Amino acid sequence: MAAPRTLYDKLWDSHVAHSDGAGNCLVYIDLHLTHEVTTPQAFEGLRAAGRKMHRTDKTIAVPDHNVPTTPDRLETIKDPESRLQLEMLESNARDFGVPYIPMSDIRQGIVHIIGPELGMTQPGKTIVCGDSHTATHGAFGALAFGIGTSDVEHVLATQTLQMQKSKNLRVQVDGALPTGVTGKDLILAIIGRLGTAGGTGHVVEYVGQVFRDLSMEARMTVCNMTIEAGARAGLMAPDDKTFAYMMGKPHAPKAAQWEQAVAYWKTLKSDDGAKFDKEIRMNAADIVPHVTWGTSPEDVLPITAKVPNPDDMSDANKRVSAKRSLEYMGLIPGTPLEQVKVDKVFVGSCTNGRIEDLRAVAAILKGKKIASHVGMLVVPGSGLVKHQAEEEGLDKIFVAAGAEWREPGCSMCLGMNPDILQPGERCASTSNRNFEGRQGRGGRTHLLSPGMAAAAAITGHLTDVRKVM
Amino acid sequence: MEKFVHLKAIAAPLLRVNIDTDVIIPSREMKGVSKTGLSVGMFANWRYTDVPARISNPEFVLNRAPYDKAHILLSGDNFGCGSSREHAVWAMKEWGFRAVIAPSFGAIYYGNCVRNGILPVVLPDEAVRAIAAWVEASPAANQVEIDLPSQKVHAAGVAYAFSIGESDKDMLLEGLDPIGVTLKRDPAIQAFEAKDRMQRPWVYI
Repeated sequence: MAAPRTLYDKLWDSHVAHSDGAGNCLVYIDLHLTHEVTTPQAFEGLRAAGRKMHRTDKTIAVPDHNVPTTPDRLETIKDPESRLQLEMLESNARDFGVPYIPMSDIRQGIVHIIGPELGMTQPGKTIVCGDSHTATHGAFGALAFGIGTSDVEHVLATQTLQMQKSKNLRVQVDGALPTGVTGKDLILAIIGRLGTAGGTGHVVEYVGQVFRDLSMEARMTVCNMTIEAGARAGLMAPDDKTFAYMMGKPHAPKAAQWEQAVAYWKTLKSDDGAKFDKEIRMNAADIVPHVTWGTSPEDVLPITAKVPNPDDMSDANKRVSAKRSLEYMGLIPGTPLEQVKVDKVFVGSCTNGRIEDLRAVAAILKGKKIASHVGMLVVPGSGLVKHQAEEEGLDKIFVAAGAEWREPGCSMCLGMNPDILQPGERCASTSNRNFEGRQGRGGRTHLLSPGMAAAAAITGHLTDVRKVM
Repeated sequence: MEKFVHLKAIAAPLLRVNIDTDVIIPSREMKGVSKTGLSVGMFANWRYTDVPARISNPEFVLNRAPYDKAHILLSGDNFGCGSSREHAVWAMKEWGFRAVIAPSFGAIYYGNCVRNGILPVVLPDEAVRAIAAWVEASPAANQVEIDLPSQKVHAAGVAYAFSIGESDKDMLLEGLDPIGVTLKRDPAIQAFEAKDRMQRPWVYI
């Protein structure tokens, strides 16, 4: 009998197109998501070498990182460099024959939001993109990971990647999350436990009742931030919830093929007794709403905690790093996190720009006003999310509360397009990275859940969402 | 791709942990569409006191002689974590770096280095610190020597052995074009597709 295999083992084995017998494999790629920032040099590389794409039907192009989110964006994009990148994506897609979704299309949005939404993201697929948050798609039981531009070019030319297999890491979380605690808090707590390099060299599989209880949207939030723990990818075994989410999506299999696909997808789970190289176990009941205090996603604490004192840290590297983080963040050790005042609130990104996230924000903001000193951006992850939110009247709740309701894109997650923090500004953000300067030079980022972001907007400081529910 | 075989050069210590690719090159510095012209944005938020005006920060290590001629960077755990942006590697290459020595690397950054002829060397934290201390004693004279064929770093009178995957090593030593190598396997890829199409027809519509 064959040895029991993990979900990752199965996904890997089913995509090895060639192996040299020494662990160096060509892994076949089922779906290649492309955007404007990490592809111009790849297409240029193909041209320079006189190469063609291996095939064009497994690639999709959509602008997201550099697009403005203001309503006038279809008339003009003021920044000439951004405009050139966007024009090049369109011309490269046209020249090479890649399906392209323009900014004017209701399906446009953040690449990791639209893949699942359009049914391109499917269990059992290998999915890559020149973007580290490709890990998002692991929520469907797809092996999904970010790649650099050289590898983007490699996939365009060969539909494969040269890879060695990663190790298996199991993150088991038992029990159920308490009220007010979300998938975002769960992944922040996991990163806090693993550390930003804890997953290095591994693919994570999330197991336990808590993940089965999560919606598909929340599962995507968890898998999305797996990269922040240094892991190559995050995975969850597909289940009936996955299949229900996918059914009827434009690119999902239809009719007899749907039945055939579901039968296959049901085999995509770790076998009993499968071996993991590393395992951690946590209890969901212990997790409370979390917020970051430093400049790395591992600098995270429960909202009920105080700003840590670096002098209390035993590890010398951590001590030095925490001192520097606190200086950058303008925080004093011992300050209760709930007393930290914010200037901006950002709701959106591939981590928390889906409909469920917007509903969570609206539930807190309904009938309330945001604090007078706070500016709040609510940015849907895609045109379809925007449309759905407007159908439900969520946009009216945001605007009545004093927030800005924008067009879809990566927005203030990465400080590339016009939505940026000014030096010294402090932001409660539903995005994924609190790195120095990530949201704009000198900007200070606190990562948290959508509900926590809404709570901070109302009070004007970091706030335990459970107090305003 | 440029080969990497042997290098003896000035090394610059930047011993912080978790230096992410947003720090190596902020996103607003990578709006171009080419692999060149990026070095001016490298470490922009640390390197300049006024970023838009490009006013140099004299305290930043890479602005100080002789580190401004460094070809090797010494850093802390998890160097190059975060964003997949290969612009971080292109910027460092253009600036002059040919090797980075750190206790661990972000996985995507590591791969990007190899594909651009930069050697990522993994050494224990204590070794990196010992090399940095030796370099700082006399940075112009105490040059670090890296030999890829023997997988050794020579510094402070010590030969530090390091590991690297065979295929990564070959790619660096030979300066291989990975796409050219893979295209020779095209029959295997075609055969995989033919078989896979039977097993998972819904993936081919």
